[in-house]
Amino acid sequence: MPKNIDQIIKELTPIFCDVFEDDNLTITKDTTAEDVEGWDSLAHIRLVVSIEKAFRLRFTAAEISDLENVGAMAALILKKLA
Amino acid sequence: MYEELSWLPPVPANFSELVSRATSGHELAHCATHALGDNQLRRIAKKLDDLKAAGISLSPLKPIRLGVVSNATTQLIESTLKGSALRFGLALDVVHAEFNQIAQVMFTEPDPFTQQKFDVVLVAIDHHGLPFVPSPGDVRAAEKKLQECLHYLKAIAQAVHCKSKAHVLLQNIAPINQSFAGSYERRLPGTWIWFVNRLNQELDLLDASYTTVVDIAALAANVGIENWHDPTLWHIAKLPFAQRFNPIYGDWISRILSARLGRSRRCLILDLDNTLWGGVVGDDGLDGIVIGNGNATGEAHLALQKTALELRERGIVLAVSSKNEDSIARSPFRGHPDMILREHHIAVFQANWMDKAANIKAIASILSLGLESMVFVDDNPAERMQVRQALPEVAVPELPNDPALFSRTLIAAGYFESVSFSEEDSKRAAFYQDNAKRAAILSQSTDLNSYLESLEMEATFSPFDQMGVTRITQLINKSNQFNLTTKRYSEAEVRQLIDDPAYFTLQIRLKDSFGDNGMISVIICKLGDITWEIDTWLMSCRVLGRRVEEAALAYLVDHALSSGAKKLKGYYLPTLRNTIVKEHYKKLGFVCVSADAESDLWVIDLTKYQRPVLPMKINDSRKSSM
Repeated sequence: MPKNIDQIIKELTPIFCDVFEDDNLTITKDTTAEDVEGWDSLAHIRLVVSIEKAFRLRFTAAEISDLENVGAMAALILKKLA
Repeated sequence: MYEELSWLPPVPANFSELVSRATSGHELAHCATHALGDNQLRRIAKKLDDLKAAGISLSPLKPIRLGVVSNATTQLIESTLKGSALRFGLALDVVHAEFNQIAQVMFTEPDPFTQQKFDVVLVAIDHHGLPFVPSPGDVRAAEKKLQECLHYLKAIAQAVHCKSKAHVLLQNIAPINQSFAGSYERRLPGTWIWFVNRLNQELDLLDASYTTVVDIAALAANVGIENWHDPTLWHIAKLPFAQRFNPIYGDWISRILSARLGRSRRCLILDLDNTLWGGVVGDDGLDGIVIGNGNATGEAHLALQKTALELRERGIVLAVSSKNEDSIARSPFRGHPDMILREHHIAVFQANWMDKAANIKAIASILSLGLESMVFVDDNPAERMQVRQALPEVAVPELPNDPALFSRTLIAAGYFESVSFSEEDSKRAAFYQDNAKRAAILSQSTDLNSYLESLEMEATFSPFDQMGVTRITQLINKSNQFNLTTKRYSEAEVRQLIDDPAYFTLQIRLKDSFGDNGMISVIICKLGDITWEIDTWLMSCRVLGRRVEEAALAYLVDHALSSGAKKLKGYYLPTLRNTIVKEHYKKLGFVCVSADAESDLWVIDLTKYQRPVLPMKINDSRKSSM
């Protein structure tokens, strides 16, 4: 069944909680690195690696660098899953 | 297998709760014994730091101060290493040299990195960090470059050791997939493939007194070189390998840290039925078990035997723990032509009906080895869980369903990592064997009831029905051990019993937290006005010790009483194989009224019967259908 952005964000939430070690973390499509404690460049890599593993997909270097917020991330995942 | 650490038990659902609740090094180390992903390793690593910062003693964890020198980004593996080392009872302190400051580490005096005291320094340089330039076909240039690179790595190891006094773990080089010329590439001097091969060979000849080579080439080969290298991550953050392999990398390094402290495992304890051979020797008989060449399952089990024997030649002591009659358990070792393991290879042979944890304790005590030296291999997940709960020090690998993968899993787990090999090692197994005089069985002292509770058993009691006829007949004709009378009935006879008003029949199914065990027990009673007679009572040995027989009796008593009966009687007819149920009725509170060579007769007075509290839920299909 085709998914939508909101479903992807829902699936991303436990990954974010895991990566940023905060079980109560909530994310929306507007969430950016500045909104989440500890989201620095290395944590970004950990996040990307965790997402790649969970969704069984791969990002290019350019995609990894360009992701500006959670919404963009979810949209990209959606595109790759399609 | 490697990426998922699949020999480790799965991460418990309440993992983050367990970690946040942990207040000691011991508890934290226990959290690490699961197949943790990298984020979970990070969580326990942080908790370790928190405990340390709070001044809490981490005893009995062994503190190790580890320095890391690399040409790549190593910040992300810091928590991986700390978390993984906890699995081995080590509390790491990790200090990185500045990114790509290798030359400074080597030549600056004094250098702030090596001035710190380290126990161990990990030199993690990959192919990106070597001064190698390909010169395909130019032998002289190729040899010169090879020597330069070798000298470079040696000089780093030497400088680190001399300045910090630490032992050096030097990673060898993961091969890279740059075979421009295909298969010919490795023969062509000056190519990357040629170079990495040669360099790794040279590294194996290094002075081992202060350097241990970490075989990253083997790790990369195990997971696949194509998977190991991740050019995207290298370009974006100078990460030396695909980060999904962090957990196995951390385990790989920790094994060596642990082996250097003499903490590798020393004894391999093997289950028998469906582990060392296919089938159940007590039920299938010596000629019914599956072992040996010519049969895929038999060959798979044989491969595990070969692995065990090879480990024995490395000094690993072999022992057996099996729920079996001793003489039956030993019979394949003595009399089966296809077995390669023989009795004289086994230092301690514990075949009895005690729980496995008690047997493993007995083995450890006989061999005078600690429980932390033990590895226990069993195909049965319930047994594995019992041992893990009762004896958390013992390593109990998860096994895949396919016996063809048993051996591979055991090897992948890396329990027997060693940093040296001596002549004594090859003789050690025999030495232990001499010491282990007689397998004295120690008392059953583990907490069996909490184990049974945790199985969340659910037993379903039903009369014989059409659906069950085939399996009932099979059990009646196949069960030899837990079988009071060993009476055999044909499928037609079983079918007749379904509607025979003169008989009370019972089939029992058992589920537990590991899944459905299917039909595991069959009872046939002949009705009587005052006394019911138990004609057949048998049970699968897989569920021995689960108190199912007590539940069965309680159920029989209920139905006998409500029919107006006052007594139950049952016979024990001894055979060569059913000695385990000799005391069956006695244990259940029956009184022996006559005994001779042919049979013992036991009776219980139902009006005085006391119902036990049992660790399982009972479903009575007779009730639900009414």
